[in-house]
Amino acid sequence: MTERHPLFKPLVFVGGIIFGFGLGFSHMARPEVVLNFLQFDDLGLPFVMFGAAIVSGIAFALLPRIRDAAPLTGDPYERRLKPFDRNVLVGGAVFGVGWGLSGICPGAAYASLGVGNVTILWALAGMFLGAYAQGYWRSQRQARDTAAAGTD
Amino acid sequence: MVADPVLLQTVADLFPNGISRYAVGGLLVGLGTVVIYAATGIPAGASTFLESTLSYVSDQSRFQRYVGSRDWRLVFTAGIILGGLAFAATVQSGVVTSSLYEPGTTGHLYEVAGVTLWATDVQPWRLFFGGILVGIGTRIGKGCTSGHGVCGVGSASKTSLVGVVTFLTVAIGTAQVVAALGVSP
Repeated sequence: MTERHPLFKPLVFVGGIIFGFGLGFSHMARPEVVLNFLQFDDLGLPFVMFGAAIVSGIAFALLPRIRDAAPLTGDPYERRLKPFDRNVLVGGAVFGVGWGLSGICPGAAYASLGVGNVTILWALAGMFLGAYAQGYWRSQRQARDTAAAGTD
Repeated sequence: MVADPVLLQTVADLFPNGISRYAVGGLLVGLGTVVIYAATGIPAGASTFLESTLSYVSDQSRFQRYVGSRDWRLVFTAGIILGGLAFAATVQSGVVTSSLYEPGTTGHLYEVAGVTLWATDVQPWRLFFGGILVGIGTRIGKGCTSGHGVCGVGSASKTSLVGVVTFLTVAIGTAQVVAALGVSP
């Protein structure tokens, strides 16, 4: 593994603190407020998600023009582009059912723990269980596919 | 200019807590993302942490692919938790006050060592089973509200836009059905 810049983790930590403070301030760390949006009782949530997307979008557009590479990693500035396939729809729908039932998503769940919501450990336990189940299943399937391809 | 009272009432109904706490919070979430991106070039999402952290305890190939990023993702999540606590110790506790912050009435507050903390009234079974589906869905669907919703949309990624429309639509439908079935909170 390559050596990281000594400031790499401290900066990620500072970014995480600002990120978590924002989730607390916007009340996204409160499942009730997310559920109120999904039930059309308080339409504030898009201001959080799209507000954040606009701020990051400006950085994603400007930074590649200003610098060739990020100072702490030497990595080029790239946009977050992922290939589209059926998984985006299937996974998105499963996530949607979970989000609509619980009112919590991963980042907000971490921040929720920080604002004192010990009850959110139920959601975090669920998320780890769900992530493990899909990872186990996909790892097994990949191993099977690789073995099958090897016998050709 | 005289504002239309009917229009004002409609806006007040749609945004009972105003919009400033949402907009300011969103700007901060964006700023946190930008700090990390500017320094490292990484568009950080929150849900990969679930799988990268599982790589510490499981040999499954699906988790082992995140070994290289698992340490900083742990630091990122620790920062998010501490950021939430910093908010609780300042604004939520009333030490720092701002006209941009609307405290609202959800859940319940309690105090520990002078810090006003908050806990949800949403039932644990909803959090647990919802959490399981969030864990499965975000990892199969290549992102969550921060990965797709903030970084992906900020990148004008078509994949992420489709992902956001999908989970937002399904979540609205689910929450409406659950509420119609009389489940509350």
